[in-house]
Amino acid sequence: MSSLSVKNLKRKPGRTIALVLLTAFLALAVFGGSMVVLSLRNGLQSLEARLGADIILVPSEAQSKVSFQNMFLQGTTGAFYMDASVTEKALEVPGVEKAAPQVFLASLKADCCSIKIQVIGIDPEKDFTVQPWIARSLTGELGEMEVAVGCKVEADIGEIIRIYEQRCKVIARLEPTGTGLDTAVYCNMDTMNQLLAAAEAKGISHKITSDDDSVVSAVYIKVKDGYDIDTVNTALTGKLRKVTAVRTRSMITGVSDSLAGVSRTITAMIIVIWILAFVILLLAYILIVRERSREFAVLRLLGASRKMLGQMALLESSLCGLTGGVIGVIIAAVGVFSFAVLIEHSLGLPYLIPTFSTVMLLGIGTILLSAAVSAAASAFAAWRLSRVNPGTALREGN
Amino acid sequence: MILKAEGISKTFFRNTGSANYFYAVSPLSIEILPESVTVLTGRSGSGKTTLLNMLAGILEPTEGKVLLDDTDLYSLKDDVLSRLRNERIGVVPQARSAVDTLTVMENILLPARLYGKHAPAEEARQWMEQFGIDSLADAMPRELSGGELRRMAIIRAVVQDPDILFADEPTGDLDDENTEKVLSALYSFAHDQKKAVFIVTHENDALKYADRLYKMEKGRIGLQENQSGGAL
Repeated sequence: MSSLSVKNLKRKPGRTIALVLLTAFLALAVFGGSMVVLSLRNGLQSLEARLGADIILVPSEAQSKVSFQNMFLQGTTGAFYMDASVTEKALEVPGVEKAAPQVFLASLKADCCSIKIQVIGIDPEKDFTVQPWIARSLTGELGEMEVAVGCKVEADIGEIIRIYEQRCKVIARLEPTGTGLDTAVYCNMDTMNQLLAAAEAKGISHKITSDDDSVVSAVYIKVKDGYDIDTVNTALTGKLRKVTAVRTRSMITGVSDSLAGVSRTITAMIIVIWILAFVILLLAYILIVRERSREFAVLRLLGASRKMLGQMALLESSLCGLTGGVIGVIIAAVGVFSFAVLIEHSLGLPYLIPTFSTVMLLGIGTILLSAAVSAAASAFAAWRLSRVNPGTALREGN
Repeated sequence: MILKAEGISKTFFRNTGSANYFYAVSPLSIEILPESVTVLTGRSGSGKTTLLNMLAGILEPTEGKVLLDDTDLYSLKDDVLSRLRNERIGVVPQARSAVDTLTVMENILLPARLYGKHAPAEEARQWMEQFGIDSLADAMPRELSGGELRRMAIIRAVVQDPDILFADEPTGDLDDENTEKVLSALYSFAHDQKKAVFIVTHENDALKYADRLYKMEKGRIGLQENQSGGAL
């Protein structure tokens, strides 16, 4: 019977192609939509993990929260400074477990890049956010005039890049995060101080006062277990003048809300497409009942049972669904992977394509779902065809 | 093998005002015997095809039983009855009965392939040669004339090697020469291979091949004395 189903599909190419295209459309919508939603969720989780702190201290006058957020989400470059003593003062606040300073420097134009890049200096002894991430790509520590680059910085390991005419050696490329952190370059504080001096020589000052060389851009705070983060946040704001304490969760919440909105829209679109396509498939199969009644009547006449006929109809629709599912998933995969950067920029949200195994699982799931939906849409038609009366059907078709 | 119908009838619904149900076949009994050709004649609409369908196990009678040996066909579950029909009952329907997506040869071997049995391709070729359609083995049904399709359906039923073969107007689309070939072949099938053949026709060509001749009129059946003698 299965060979008969395959012959039926092959030798009625118009009908088969129409059914395959319909299910391909279904699969494309599900796989493409799900990939975008999953990539956004993945990006958000990655951002949360990369920020890795409960509170971030930044200079009050430096940046608004939104543009500060953009630095992480979209790779906007920027720099702002405050006195380095903020780190030690923050550690005196009850509930603060760790305080890790970072210094930002926006390059003008480095050899490595056609766009401005963000240079971030970390203190290896205090950092608890960036180093675990760097450690995945680099054994050992960042040395003097050595940098680790985000995955979107066009520089290979071993390559020398110039930032403010300073030669920096790339010793690691970091794993993607799907955020603006992918376009940043990381170095230790010694290297950063040299870069700051070089920038100073170019007329880009980082000094807060005329004689103050010791600055930081942000301090990442880890709150001790058992302490309320909001309380610590308030205490930090009270103790530190001209410093704004931003809860990372509130930053994430904004992104999370946007992501939820995008997810809802995509999910709604998928549902609408599925309902429409299912109804079209249902109608198509009902129309096919009339066309194929005589064929099934002949099979019945020759001794095919109702069960065999039903199975044959379901097998054919499942094969159409499987083929359509594979085609839809392939087209969607090509689209999602090819236009990942475009999707990321147009949505303005952290976007990180899931792991290969997740993509494979989603693809296989979508293909099986397409076959199941195709079979479900044809179930009524299969039932009708299995109950065709040969005497009546052949007389009508005569 | 003996196929026996006991008191079978068939009524259909027809919205005609006073009497909504009418008898397509009035209660009747009939036996189809092996090594014989039974011919049923009658006008169009007399109930011949309805009776054939009931005897062939594809249309359940309103009342009565159809027994193949001692098995009541319509008491069987669908899958059992279907398999029994595939193995023991061949049908040549009046209408065009080719599966359009299969070649002529694939159509002929389809009954065997339905249950994964050995497909008698060589035997099929011999029959196709005998019926003059051997060059059409790989043709698609849409390329065949009505007469060629009719011969294909007869070969399919014969190659199925059933105990009883029902043929509904088997010579309807055929010229005189092919009509003789087909009727002669069916006669030989019955007598040489000890099978039962039941032919429904409204033409006179088949009468001379009939071992038993029935006539049907307005749903009622009567046994006729065969003037032709029932043999060649």
